[in-house]
Amino acid sequence: MGIVQRLRHHIGLVPNPVSRATRQAHARIRGADVSVSVCPYCAVGCSQLVYTKDGRIVDIEGNYESPINGGTLCPKGAATWQLVHSPLRELRVKYRAPYSDRWEERPLEWAMERIAQLVKETRDATFVHRDERGLVVNRTLGIAHLGGATLDNEENYLIKKLFTGGLGIVAVENQARI
Amino acid sequence: MPGLGARLGRGGATTTLASLADSDCIVIMGSNMAENHPVGFRFVVKARQRGARVIHVDPRFSRTSALADLHVPIRPGSDLVFLGALVNYVLNSERWNQDSFFREYVLHYTNASVIVSPEFRDTEELAGVFSGYDPEQRRYDPTSWRYAGEARPLEGERWPCRPRIEPERDPTLQHPNCAFQVVKRHFARYTPELVEAVCGVPRELFREVAETILANSGRDRTTAFCYAVAWTQHTIGTQIISCCALLQLLLGNIGRPGGGILALRGHATIQGSTDIPTLFDLLPGYLKMPRAVPEHATLADYFATERPATGLWYDMPKFMISLLKAWYGDAATPENDYGYAFLPKIGGDYSFQSILTMMKDGVIKGLFVMGMNPAVGGQNARLARQALANLDWLVVRDVHEIETASFWYDAPEVRNGEVRPQDIKTEVFFLPAAIAAEKDGTFTNTHRLVQWHDKAVEPPGDARSEAHFVYHLGRRLKELYAEDESPAGQQIRALTWDYPTVGPHGEPDLMAVAREISGYRFADGRPVAGFHELADDGSTACGCWIYAGMVTPEGEHLAKRRRGDDRASLDWGFAWPANRRILYNRASADPQGRPWSERKKWIWWDPEQGRWVGYDVPDFPATKPPDYSPPPDARGLAAHPGTAPFVMMLDGLGWLFVPVGLLDGPLPTHYEPWETPVENLLYPAQPRSPVAPVFVRPDNPYHEIGDPRYPCVITTYRLTEHHTAGGMSRWVPWLAELQPAGFVEISPELARELGIANGDWVVVETARGSAEARALVTERVQPLTVAGRTVHVIGMPWHFGFGGLATGGIANELATLVEDPNSLIHEAKSFTCRIRKGRLREGERE
Repeated sequence: MGIVQRLRHHIGLVPNPVSRATRQAHARIRGADVSVSVCPYCAVGCSQLVYTKDGRIVDIEGNYESPINGGTLCPKGAATWQLVHSPLRELRVKYRAPYSDRWEERPLEWAMERIAQLVKETRDATFVHRDERGLVVNRTLGIAHLGGATLDNEENYLIKKLFTGGLGIVAVENQARI
Repeated sequence: MPGLGARLGRGGATTTLASLADSDCIVIMGSNMAENHPVGFRFVVKARQRGARVIHVDPRFSRTSALADLHVPIRPGSDLVFLGALVNYVLNSERWNQDSFFREYVLHYTNASVIVSPEFRDTEELAGVFSGYDPEQRRYDPTSWRYAGEARPLEGERWPCRPRIEPERDPTLQHPNCAFQVVKRHFARYTPELVEAVCGVPRELFREVAETILANSGRDRTTAFCYAVAWTQHTIGTQIISCCALLQLLLGNIGRPGGGILALRGHATIQGSTDIPTLFDLLPGYLKMPRAVPEHATLADYFATERPATGLWYDMPKFMISLLKAWYGDAATPENDYGYAFLPKIGGDYSFQSILTMMKDGVIKGLFVMGMNPAVGGQNARLARQALANLDWLVVRDVHEIETASFWYDAPEVRNGEVRPQDIKTEVFFLPAAIAAEKDGTFTNTHRLVQWHDKAVEPPGDARSEAHFVYHLGRRLKELYAEDESPAGQQIRALTWDYPTVGPHGEPDLMAVAREISGYRFADGRPVAGFHELADDGSTACGCWIYAGMVTPEGEHLAKRRRGDDRASLDWGFAWPANRRILYNRASADPQGRPWSERKKWIWWDPEQGRWVGYDVPDFPATKPPDYSPPPDARGLAAHPGTAPFVMMLDGLGWLFVPVGLLDGPLPTHYEPWETPVENLLYPAQPRSPVAPVFVRPDNPYHEIGDPRYPCVITTYRLTEHHTAGGMSRWVPWLAELQPAGFVEISPELARELGIANGDWVVVETARGSAEARALVTERVQPLTVAGRTVHVIGMPWHFGFGGLATGGIANELATLVEDPNSLIHEAKSFTCRIRKGRLREGERE
């Protein structure tokens, strides 16, 4: 008589066939802090629960309280945890000098300063105060920006405000056009 | 966006995903919703379980089709004929003409009765163009499209505005030049027979669709339309969408539960990045970016040109001056036009495709790319990479080293030795970016719902948010220009940029940014409760008026609310404007303010309370009674009667005929795609859009109509497991494993013709470039009979590129630069190509 049949015919207390390892196993989110996020992929706006332990994201799941997704996520949304922990994710600043054939690692502060200098150089060289008809235009065509639909609204606001309102960069575009 | 805006008033979905569950019929067209918005599709499934009919009109049979009651295969690029024929069918149907609901809705809520100028000539009279066409400039002068009637200037305004228009009307709808009759004549040739000839849809199948929609529209039933970029990405994309709006107005489906038009957008905040636009021609809240023309020279000139006398846009000075105060603070004074001169003035088309050519031509020298991948996602991708290679400097911010960062050593033309890194001058910076879970902020979803996401952890390594990058770049630049008195220096020095920083990396406080977007009293910083509190005298500041009130005077951010329910979920997030969920919802009640039916009630007039009540926030002045009749000198919203649901429009009405606002005509008209295998059966003399912006240059060649070298129609699309140009998916192992490589879908008939077996390598070619992939031979795509001959359609996902784990031929290598005149969007959903068996490079394994 095999174990299954023996259990089926047993009357009374059954010795619990659960190992200690199984007894001690628990969901990886037990004891984790939880914060609420929004899926970064498409525009349905699925709410996500982000579980963290010791400053590290241990899991991302659909938020069951959301009237939009009711706890569900699609394959992309369900992969958000791995997007965060992607083995190919870049975590360092890379720099490629003109005509070079290789990347070099550079400090973030150095890159920020260099970029600010380049913006000033290009802007000063291309800034137009009045156009050929004498109209005040205060713009530069020398610098452009692409992107925004995957960023936050607040970030789009800062981009538009600084680039267009502060620097006169008019060629500012995002994915709404493609 | 302009497709909905021009007829209804706002460039946003008119309804919500959840409201689809209340539909009696859902038409999904220009979208593969089940695969590309799978979680949103659950509301379609819910509706179907409740008995709704679901129709999928699409060239490919997909999982959306499998879950629909009816799949209608259609030739890419022929959607407008299908929709126009629905308009014609509806207008001549017995049901539409006998049920009083339709006439009541159309008469009171649309501009059907308005008389159009006698100067106006239709495409039917002028062989495919409207009156006012200038063939030299390829542009319209829209003067003859105006309403007949008087334009009266307004007196006693602080800021100027356009004259008030007093159109003539014929409530009997019999006048030959009333909008209703003009529309009726315009679409008279859009018949089921034409649909069969142009779209390749059998006339009986078309009739079944039309009857289903008709039977499920009316007092007690509503039909919804869902679309995505397969409507947008055409040279007539705006008019396709606007034709849907026209149809839904005629059917009385706008502003009602289970009705409306749901624009399905593909990025987390593509709606938000249009509302707060990183777009060249807009300012936040759909204010127009000022142009370098005398009509926009001063702030008063701008208002005299842009500000209407009637409708909500009459309040434009409040929105614009509050924006200027938010940006320039103390430097924005009444004496200097509130800093209006600091705003740059645009002088041309700087949209995405123009940016590519401006880079290649050396006009643009430096480029920021944040979360976008033009080396793969740009049309005519080879040109896009040549453009990148011609920059002085390039800053790419992303999670992975996308092709836009690696093009200089990894692009196909570098790998095959045509170009060497040593020849590319571009100075390239790659800066690692943070992901949503690593930052505070908001996304605006596909139905205008703003939701806050919490920062769960600090971003790792050198990864930072864009807010961090932009804030600190601005801070550095303000230091560099601190002593600069030139106009360039004054511009950046005038900008307010004093956000407090928080956390170990000095992140700008996103709540401080949110408070600026939402608006505050300039004197004491108290948040405004809504855009109704904004002023035109500099006493308020507001970064985006349609988001006003999102941070309450008590300091609560409404996008952080997370209390959902089974109906409108008004306490989950914040939907612009003013937390309204279904737009134009005044139309959910009859002209007297009563629900059209118990089953479809949403908001209604409560005479005892003297206000509009119901399940939603009224998209209407809350206490304006249904019988309100405006006095003759009324302006703004007060000039709209109590029956006018479309508050953004001049007359408060949905526009069947669009006198202003569209560049390619007041009515939707079918033109063939820029590249097409067939002639235009409607207008042989005018096969293609007469005003589509084209990029005629040697590096962007076009195929002739019916070019025998490129006989197939190609359409591009997305897959469930990948996202746009792949930056967030092709590098992620789980997703790459699910969908590891590019492919091309072809029909068994075409495969037989070309000797291609399932899984063979094939090369797809256009005059712009080539892409190789494995053939997926499937009955999901069918050859169509168009104009009496067989047209083969092939499909290709456009996610793939040369980087990451999941690689494949770049579909955009094949596409071309050409635009819709209104939206400036390209045409990737229908162009021509050829396909052959084999590899791109000889000698590689077949």
